Amino acid sequence: MCLAIPGRIVSLVPDEPHLGVVEVTGVRRRVDLGLLINDMPKIGDWVLIHVGFAMSKISEKDAVEQMHLLAILGEGEAAMTEVRGYGLEEIAEFRSTGESPGGEKGKRLLQ
Amino acid sequence: MRYVDEFRDPELITKASEEIRRLAERERHYRIMEICGGHTHAIYRFGLKDILPDNIELIHGPGCPVCVLPMGRIDDGLAIAQKGDAIFAAFGDMMRVPGTHGSPFEHKARGTDVRIVYSPADALQIARKNPERHVIFFAIGFETTAPSTALTLIRAKREGVHNFSVFCNHVTIVPAIRAILDSPDMRLDAFIGPGHVSTVIGCRPYEWIARAEGKPVVTSGFEPLDLLQSIVMLLRQLRAGEAKVENQYKRVVPWEGNLAALKAMAEVFELRPHFEWRGLGFISQSALRIRKEYAEWDSEQRFDVPETRVADPKAAQCGEVLKGVLKPAQCKLFGKECTPEHPIGALMVSSEGSCAAYYNYEYRKTASLVTEISSVA
Repeated sequence: MCLAIPGRIVSLVPDEPHLGVVEVTGVRRRVDLGLLINDMPKIGDWVLIHVGFAMSKISEKDAVEQMHLLAILGEGEAAMTEVRGYGLEEIAEFRSTGESPGGEKGKRLLQ
Repeated sequence: MRYVDEFRDPELITKASEEIRRLAERERHYRIMEICGGHTHAIYRFGLKDILPDNIELIHGPGCPVCVLPMGRIDDGLAIAQKGDAIFAAFGDMMRVPGTHGSPFEHKARGTDVRIVYSPADALQIARKNPERHVIFFAIGFETTAPSTALTLIRAKREGVHNFSVFCNHVTIVPAIRAILDSPDMRLDAFIGPGHVSTVIGCRPYEWIARAEGKPVVTSGFEPLDLLQSIVMLLRQLRAGEAKVENQYKRVVPWEGNLAALKAMAEVFELRPHFEWRGLGFISQSALRIRKEYAEWDSEQRFDVPETRVADPKAAQCGEVLKGVLKPAQCKLFGKECTPEHPIGALMVSSEGSCAAYYNYEYRKTASLVTEISSVA
């Protein structure tokens, strides 16, 4: 529950301005962006996610470091279980094919 | 040094630990409390104790929301769900936490509709999908989690989802620190401030600790280097005879916090006059309840709550461990009656509790060493 999970915003949800789709090591889920309303993230930005809500914007470097931290804390799997469990919609698990750090690089770090 | 190969910057780690040794005065004993349970977990996982000199003692603070939740609240939440034939939704961390009549999982086995959710937004989603059922979200957490619950309630009210309510157990960290500082047997020199709580509340709420209590506070990140740098910053202040609030975790923590999150919390929550903490007892103005404007979405205002009170087991010395008077292993029950598999005291309940962290990383290691040695002999 106390995990802070880094993810990259890959799209915004047109009819629901407070929702964004994030990608965390290849898994895409909707998260709530309402806590960042004063500084809304754009597509491509990195955020720290806590219980399904983006809580702060971070740099790409910090995102990669946060994934590494989760892995060495032994929390990598728990983080992915949490992200997969976000149930705002039924988006099929999407495996990133590009070399975005949120995709392959992050996935390697968590393995 | 365990796990040192996994550290990202071994040279910087060595530098920071040398600086700590240089700054720590030999004749002095330092007692530094890390407030956040995430820090406690990281400190044990990284074996930071092995890096620090013997005269720097880390005391593990109250920042584990599962640990400090009184058993009576779990009993109450499950009782109203059962009686109202409601869906009981909670984070996975809560599922094995024992209540008087068993954990949420055990209640599920007996027929209560218990669901794991990973977000308060998911509990609301269950309510949207099951309009004929009532959904109770059992909310726990410090200021890191409270804004998400608040926004979820704002959305529920705006959308008019009437079959959803929150059983609110959100607590606030600063009054707990005050309670620890006020206790007569407390001996602490400085604080490692929480990381993620501070992304919400910022650094200002800790200023009184520095000003009125004369204790330095440094909000810290979670990497080994973050924690060591924070200790360096604290030792520099102590050596100079200063006490101020500093922010080591600037890359994530803004000094003023997250104003949108604070606004959402203020819209939905107000302070309770007092709230009970496991191990610490009643602390005034230390928890949040739902404002009357949101009464329809407040499980406590909507249902008849039994208000169960379960006294902490007398033999468990959680309070002393929380205040740093005792080390986890010095409690009479530690590792005997009280283990992570069968927790009796609050601090053994969650992996972020100091007793569970100590048990998992230190005690098991020693126990297996003893077995190895005796099998060789």
